[in-house]
Amino acid sequence: MSDRAPADAAPLWSALRRFASWDAVIIAATALFLVVAASTVEHFGTARNAGHIIVDLAPVLLLALVMTLIVATGEIDLSVASTVGLTGAAMGWMWNHGIALETIMPLTVLLGALLGAVNGLFITGFGLPSLAVTIGTLALYRGLAYVVLGDTAVADWPRDFTGWTLGTIGDTGVPNIVVPLIALALVVGLVLHCTPIGRAVYAAGANPVAAAYSGIAVGRLKCWLYVASGAMAGLVGVFWTLRYSSARADNAYGLELTVVAVVLLGGVSIFGGKGRLPGVLAAVVLLTALQNALRLAHVSTETLTVVTGALLIAAVLAPNLLTAAGDALRSRRRRAAASL
Amino acid sequence: MSRKRLLSITASLLAGVLIAASACGGTTRGDDEGDGPTGTGGTANPDAEYRTGLSFAMLPKQVNNPYFEASSTGAETVAAELGGEYEFTGPSDASASSQVSYIDTLSQQATDVILLSANDPNALCSSLDQARSGGSVVVTFDSDVDPACRDLFVSQVDSAEVGLALLEMTAEQIDGTGEIAVLSATANATNQNAWIDVMRAELESNPSYADMELVEVVYGDDEDEKSFSETQGLLQAHPDLRAIVSPTTVGIAAAARYLSGSEYQGQVALTGLGTPNQMREFVKDGTVTEFALWDPTALGELAAYTGAAAASGIITGAEGEVFTAGDLGEYTVGADGVVTLGPPTRFNAENIDDFDF
Repeated sequence: MSDRAPADAAPLWSALRRFASWDAVIIAATALFLVVAASTVEHFGTARNAGHIIVDLAPVLLLALVMTLIVATGEIDLSVASTVGLTGAAMGWMWNHGIALETIMPLTVLLGALLGAVNGLFITGFGLPSLAVTIGTLALYRGLAYVVLGDTAVADWPRDFTGWTLGTIGDTGVPNIVVPLIALALVVGLVLHCTPIGRAVYAAGANPVAAAYSGIAVGRLKCWLYVASGAMAGLVGVFWTLRYSSARADNAYGLELTVVAVVLLGGVSIFGGKGRLPGVLAAVVLLTALQNALRLAHVSTETLTVVTGALLIAAVLAPNLLTAAGDALRSRRRRAAASL
Repeated sequence: MSRKRLLSITASLLAGVLIAASACGGTTRGDDEGDGPTGTGGTANPDAEYRTGLSFAMLPKQVNNPYFEASSTGAETVAAELGGEYEFTGPSDASASSQVSYIDTLSQQATDVILLSANDPNALCSSLDQARSGGSVVVTFDSDVDPACRDLFVSQVDSAEVGLALLEMTAEQIDGTGEIAVLSATANATNQNAWIDVMRAELESNPSYADMELVEVVYGDDEDEKSFSETQGLLQAHPDLRAIVSPTTVGIAAAARYLSGSEYQGQVALTGLGTPNQMREFVKDGTVTEFALWDPTALGELAAYTGAAAASGIITGAEGEVFTAGDLGEYTVGADGVVTLGPPTRFNAENIDDFDF
């Protein structure tokens, strides 16, 4: 009897491992949550609420796309929310100076890319730790945003543009923003999972020295990732300003923590080298939908914050527990094999 | 593709977009003269009764703020009196974007009366439009939005009166001479900025304030620790400072705590807007001589009555309409749909024990 157990456990474990990769777990959890919430929380399952959730999650999702790549290389960018604030403020300044909005929008994205390039230069050019550099630019860019706009808000944005950010495609009830969200997620997903760039990202995160010896220009790769992160933050700066019809220096204040949180919740290792985009996308949906459902269920703000915090700790803990459980099972199997 | 080629392609693409935009005449400031929905429409019936069973929700700038908790008590009393449901909900950070999510939630729950203290005059508009087209009455209190985005605004007091009262109290406490500084809430806070503007204008124009100088305005973001350290910073940066004016309940309490434990206690005057319960110990230990505030509980009551009156068709928000707000008495709607509570109350060692909020 006892000699059959390891033989049975091996295929079972490998099957379990295939299904129990963290991003599969988080996708399943998200789907389960959406079904349960739709059937138990009043007003949650409506098309209108789905629209609200999508518009609410857009900034976090966009920033998380590039953040996933950066964290996968073992680095971090904490300046994204401040970049959103500064690019938004610059957008307001340009609007006040009579520049056409069609010109302002690409310039804003370009400014974001430049701000990202500053991060990239300090991190890869001077070899400084990304945590320190981007905490610095987090404060610096937010401060500059106040220099640009001071305590004023620019709010007279044309309704054609602000309406688009909240509008839907025809009468379908599908928010306009869904199209760019899917397109950008597809592009980043394909780059990460189907191209040499993606493989270089994981290699640089898993072992930068080995990656460098195998011909990957780790520094240049990381530098471009920061440029991309800045450009994305510039794009979010445009979206945020138009969606709230308000360019203010404190736009997106504190959003960087949510972005890093969903990337970790999505299963990307903070030490680099591991993690997949679908998990991160599911994490964005899960976190936004959870907060929405709790609000609809009249849960108090304090409880909401506590639940969100607990979820994030569980997310960081759970993959480690899964690995530990796998190791335990394997070593028991080895012991069983040795005792035969 | 080489890096140089990538760069040059990107650059030329961008240049192309820019040229196209300017050549084709893009959208610039002033092109758009669109206007939002205005007024509740319909006609008022001043003799109508208050509807029973209305659902009320109060959405403050942030929860866990004693000031808004007092307003909530007032509104809850009114909701109970009218046989309605009541909910107090809102974000824990004072940002406009988090308020938007809460407004969306309330409009989905088809709340009859939304009582809102806004974190931004414009950012909430599209959500409020949606809520109102779904049948909710939106009454702002304490801090207003663009008048086109709400039905009525219940003002605690006229902003000119607050600014003047703040300056008057300060002048009395420092004999009208010396440097003063302001410890405000967030840099975008609508009413704090209005009061500071009134103070600035009055300092310039009124000869009896000629010897007073406003040297700096700092922002504590309505966070206790930040307000505390901004106070410390002010005193270090301006050794000749005679008085600090903090027109926010969080700021004045933090500043009082710093002053009472420092060498500046009794040397630098502190006044502003605070609640009696927060400030009692500092008035008793001599840190603070006099400060002011309106009664936030009465403000919450009036906001709830105003919302109920609009939801019952007693008023529509047009100038000159009259309604009775329970024990508070009769109120008249002013220009732009503004209802004003009354002048601020001053609190000092003599009367502070008569108040509990």
